[in-house]
Amino acid sequence: MQQITLGEAVNQALREEMRRDERVFIAGEGVGVSIHSGPGATSGLLEEFGPRRVKDTPVSEAGIAGLAVGASVMGLLPVVEVMFNPFFTIAADQIVNHAAKLRYLSGGKSKFPLVVRIKTGAGIGAGCQHSHNLEAWLAHSPGLKVVMPATPADAKGLLKSAIRDENPVIFIEDIILHWVPGPVPEEDYTIPIGVADIKKPGTDVTVVTWSKALGTAFKAAGQLEQEGISVEIVDLRSLVPLDEATILESVRKTGRLVILHEATRTGGFGGEIAALAAEKAFDALKAPVIRVTAPDIPVPCSKPLEDFYMPNEADLIEAIKRLF
Amino acid sequence: MDNQEKKKLLRMMLLIRRFEEKLVALSKDPQKIGGMMIVCTGQEAAAAGSGAALLPEDVIITNHRSHGHLLAKGAEPDLIMAEIFGRRTGYNKGKSGTLHIAAPEVNALCTTTVVGGGIPIAMGTAFAAQYQQKDYVTVCYFGNGSSDEGSFHEALNMAALWNLPVIFLCENNVYAGAQRMEEHTKVQNIADRAIAYGMRGEIVDGNDALAVYEAVQRAREECLSGAGPVLIECKTYRWGGHGTADEQLYQPQDEIASWKEKCPINKLKADLLQTGALTELDYQQMETEIEQIVDQAVQFAETSPWPDPAEALEDVYV
Ligand SMILES: Cc1ncc(C[n+]2csc(CCOP(=O)(O)OP(=O)(O)O)c2C)c(N)n1
Repeated sequence: MQQITLGEAVNQALREEMRRDERVFIAGEGVGVSIHSGPGATSGLLEEFGPRRVKDTPVSEAGIAGLAVGASVMGLLPVVEVMFNPFFTIAADQIVNHAAKLRYLSGGKSKFPLVVRIKTGAGIGAGCQHSHNLEAWLAHSPGLKVVMPATPADAKGLLKSAIRDENPVIFIEDIILHWVPGPVPEEDYTIPIGVADIKKPGTDVTVVTWSKALGTAFKAAGQLEQEGISVEIVDLRSLVPLDEATILESVRKTGRLVILHEATRTGGFGGEIAALAAEKAFDALKAPVIRVTAPDIPVPCSKPLEDFYMPNEADLIEAIKRLF
Repeated sequence: MDNQEKKKLLRMMLLIRRFEEKLVALSKDPQKIGGMMIVCTGQEAAAAGSGAALLPEDVIITNHRSHGHLLAKGAEPDLIMAEIFGRRTGYNKGKSGTLHIAAPEVNALCTTTVVGGGIPIAMGTAFAAQYQQKDYVTVCYFGNGSSDEGSFHEALNMAALWNLPVIFLCENNVYAGAQRMEEHTKVQNIADRAIAYGMRGEIVDGNDALAVYEAVQRAREECLSGAGPVLIECKTYRWGGHGTADEQLYQPQDEIASWKEKCPINKLKADLLQTGALTELDYQQMETEIEQIVDQAVQFAETSPWPDPAEALEDVYV
C-alpha cells in the first residue's frame, strides 16, 4: 500500500473527486499558486484542472465561505479552504448563520452540499492566532457536519464522503498530521461520516479521542499495556453526527472512560462525550469520567509554554491510573 | 527634516535591515529560533519614515510583518529579540513570539497576524482619542492583501464617518502571499479605495523614506485638526518570500532585481552622501554600531531564562 501523508491523502481525494465529478471545484487563498513549494493538500491541482476549477482567492474568508454557500445551492460542489482555524471566525457568519441554517429556513427545499477544509492544531510554534481548535464551536451549530480525521487513510475516505455528502461538511485537518505518513489504499473508497473507529481494542478503559491526540493515546496505551492496563482507543473521526453506539458499547465493555482532546477544556467537545456516558451508560461506569485536555488558555508561542499547553501521554497515563 | 534627523532615518532603516537579516540567519537553526520569520526587507522606508513622523503618545497597530514598525516606534531590540527567542524577558514573556508582539510601553498596542484584524482596532483607538479629546493619532499598518478583508471596509467607513484621527498606512509590496496585486483585486491602487469612504487617499513612493515621512506628518496634522482619517499607500516591494519557508517560485527574478535597484537604504544614503550630510565614514560607523546593537540583542535573548511552563497559565485575565 502507498505510504503518504495526510496532506497528500487530502490531495488525492480532491484530485479523484474532481476527476469524477465536474461540479467539484476548489477555492481558497493560495490553493493554486502557493508560497509553499513542497507537496501539499492542493498542490498540482491548478496544473491538472486549470484556473476555472482551482480558484485562488483574495484574503477574504467571508467571501470564500459565501462563495461556497451560493455556488452549492446552484448545484456545484465547492470545496473551499480556510487556511487556519482561527480565521474561520471571519467566515463564521456565512457558515454558521447561512450554510448551516438555510436548508432549515427553506423548509427542507434547498440544499447546500459544500465542504470547508480548515487546518488546525498547536505544536507549530506559531501562537494562538494560528493554533486554536474550535471544533466544539462548529459542532454547536446544527446543520453542519464536523469531521476531524487522524490518519491519512481516514482523511482520504472521509473527504470523499464529505464531497459527496449533500450537507455542509466542515473538514478539519491537523497541520502537524499533514506531514505524517501512513498507509492509504490507492483505489477509490469512502469512509462514512458519523462512524467512529476503534483504533485499538482493549478491555480496562476506553479512551475517546480524535485528530492529532490519537497519537498521544497510542503512546499512553503502549506504556499502560506494560503495566497490565488494557486501553481501548475510540477515534471519533466525526464529531457530528456522533457515533453514540460505538462509544457506549466500548464504555459498557470497559466500565471506564477518559476523553482526550487537544482543544481547551471549558465548553470543549469532551464534555459532550462525558454527558453521553452519564446519560446513557451511568450504570456501567466503575469510576468517574475524566477529561484530559489543554488548559483554558490561548496557545502560547514559546516552546516550553506550548509544550505545557499540549495534553501529553503522561497526563493521560496519570488520569487513567486514577480510575483504578 | 534637518540632516541630523535624516541620518537618524537612515540609521533606523539600517537597524531594521540588519535586525531582520539576523533573524533570517538564526531561523536556519531551529535550536536558536523556531518557525517561519516574516520580514520586511526592501520595505524599510515605510516603517522608518512613518515612525519618524510619530510622537511617543501616538499609537500603532500592526500586522504580521511588524518588526520594522515596532523598531521605528521605539521598541527595544533586546526585548523584541528575546520575545522571538521565546524567553521570559521578551516583551510578552514568550506568549507572542515573532507574530504578535505588543509593546504598550511605546504605544505599539497590537501586532495581529489575522490579516485585516488590526484595522477596526485602529479605528477604535482613534475613537478613544476623539472621545477623550487627546492629541494623538493612530497609525494602522497593513498590506495590500488586507484591503480585501471585510474588516478593512467596515473600519474605513466608520473612521471616515466619524472623522477619526487615524492614518491607514498600506504597504503595497505587490504580493499577498503568492498572489500578485492584479490577481487579488481589480483596483490599481489601494489608495483609490479611499474615495469610496469619503476620505483622502494618497500614493507615496514607499521606497523613499523622506516622502513617507512627509506624507505621514501631513496626515498626522490633518488628523489632529479633525480632518482625518487618511489612507496612505506606500508603493514598495517584498524582496524575499512571504516568509523564510517560501522559495519565491512565483516571483519573477528580474522583478526582484529591478526593485533591489531601488533599495530604500541605498537611496537615502546616496542622497545624504551627495549633499554632504553623510560621509562614508559616518555610514561605516553606523553599520558598526548597529552590528553591536543586534549582537547585543541576540546575546540578551540567548542568555535570558525560558519561562517556567506553568507561566502559560498567567495573563489570560486581569
Ligand atoms: C485572516 C487571515 N487569512 C489568511 C492569513 C494567512 N496570511 C498571512 S499573511 C497573508 C498575506 C497578506 O498579504 P498582505 O496583507 O498584502 O501583507 P504582506 O504579507 O504582503 O505584507 C495571508 C493570506 C492570515 N494570517 N489571516
